[in-house]
Amino acid sequence: MNTELLNLLEKDARLTPAQLATMLGREEKDVADEIADLEKNHVILGYPALVDWTKTDDEIVTALIEVRISPQRGDGFDRIAERIYQYEEVESLFLMSGDYDLAVTITGRSLRAVAEFVHARLAVIDGVTGTATHFILKKYKEKHHLFEKLPEQEERLLFV
Amino acid sequence: MIDYDSALSGRVKGIAPSGIRKFFDLLENMDAGDAISLGVGEPDFVTPWHIRDAGVYALEKGFTKYTSNAGLADLRRQIAAYMRRRFALEYDPMKQMVVTVGGSEGIDIAVRAIVNQGDEVIVPVPSFVCYGPIVELVGGVPVYVETKAEDEFRLTAEALKAAITPRTKLLVLPFPNNPTGAIMERADLEAIADVLRGTNIIVLSDEIYAELTYGGRHVSIANIAGMYERTLVVNGFSKAYAMTGWRLGYVCGPQPLIKQMLKIHQYAIMCAPTTSQYAAVEAMQSGDVDIEMMRKDYDYRRRFLLDKLRGAGLTCFEPRGAFYAFPCIRSTGMTSAEFCEQFLLQEHVAVIPGTAFGPGGEGFVRMCYASSLANLSEAMERMDRFLKNLWNKD
Repeated sequence: MNTELLNLLEKDARLTPAQLATMLGREEKDVADEIADLEKNHVILGYPALVDWTKTDDEIVTALIEVRISPQRGDGFDRIAERIYQYEEVESLFLMSGDYDLAVTITGRSLRAVAEFVHARLAVIDGVTGTATHFILKKYKEKHHLFEKLPEQEERLLFV
Repeated sequence: MIDYDSALSGRVKGIAPSGIRKFFDLLENMDAGDAISLGVGEPDFVTPWHIRDAGVYALEKGFTKYTSNAGLADLRRQIAAYMRRRFALEYDPMKQMVVTVGGSEGIDIAVRAIVNQGDEVIVPVPSFVCYGPIVELVGGVPVYVETKAEDEFRLTAEALKAAITPRTKLLVLPFPNNPTGAIMERADLEAIADVLRGTNIIVLSDEIYAELTYGGRHVSIANIAGMYERTLVVNGFSKAYAMTGWRLGYVCGPQPLIKQMLKIHQYAIMCAPTTSQYAAVEAMQSGDVDIEMMRKDYDYRRRFLLDKLRGAGLTCFEPRGAFYAFPCIRSTGMTSAEFCEQFLLQEHVAVIPGTAFGPGGEGFVRMCYASSLANLSEAMERMDRFLKNLWNKD
């Protein structure tokens, strides 16, 4: 698969098929068709915006939770993962190599809401043998974007 | 009372200030928050972090003294490896190169080392603004040869032949070209070489944009049979690695020429900035991927801008190098200067009149596409509107 189109969309999902076609030296229809296919085949999962919630009035708390589980015969880790990711609060879920098995990020309205979720929902799932919750204090960078704007160099008038 | 006029050198006074000074005054006094400048020719990328980090690290370790005049030995070895790797050119790092303060210094010391009073230097135009004035400063005579849109702004053997006289000392070969975006391919260079072999003319090949060549690899004229011994290759870190502010370049060439240029460099400059040289070592060691990433990104924008320019109804030859488009604006009935002034005043977009780049630039404007896609997109919407208003009026 040619990943150039995906690379461009991953950087800026708002590029139109017409713009993408020009940039890649291809036909617009051809690009539009390929995007439709990529969506249909679930290669492109969605087009969310990256939001800095700290600049809004909404309080959002994010936590990274390490989860240890005992894999189950026949299903491995998948069955338990499935039971976890169904929760609306779960933003992402990855199976990890190393000290623990699943990395779960969840968002909630408050520390308490997050703690509550871990105790009442996560820790009690059959097969979960332990959790460790890390609250995210500050986000610096996500998906290649910085949360704070870098200072710009002073404006110059020069001739090159 | 001092009479500054008679205190100053006649040669310096004789040099015309940059042709677009007036234009910049206009820009400076314009208080438009929505202004977009496609005027400055430099990468919009910040220097890749690993390169900046190498500079910071050099400072932390206290590498703050002069380097040897010709530059850090390690850097020169890296440059030699780079020239071999990217352009198949062999240079002795200890005898055939000088690390300079930008490519600009390389051009300056090359001209000073070669040109005597009254010697002629052939300068294809439109091109970067520095060649003529530097030649004039040493008492040389710039001989401008206009490249033509119908030749894709390449220097032709015929035009070169017609410009050569017994006084011709040097040919400046500024390709990939600022402002036209023209490149010279191997066949074009062969034709130029045919004219030059058997003469005593030196070529000053300004290849600062070499890495920004689209749809094919850059070929250096030093690579053409019989040209290596008569070619000075000027290159640098500014454009390829987005390092304009580090002010670092280099010249490679035959030892007898480099040896003399090194003298000028020793007396006038001492050495290029040490911090920059350490950063440059890192750039050459592991910066090939950065070059590729940026080149690809410029290429997207190049296609985008070209398509929009043509869509707006302007004739524009396809630029194959650097990061400029050079559309023809004759269909507007305006001169380049008028066009740029009106476009700036009405639509708040700064582009540069082709006339700033020497004779042959009239009827064209330079637009730099090293700017975000959002900027280019907005600028071209305004261009569309500007042209529509203009053409509907008539």
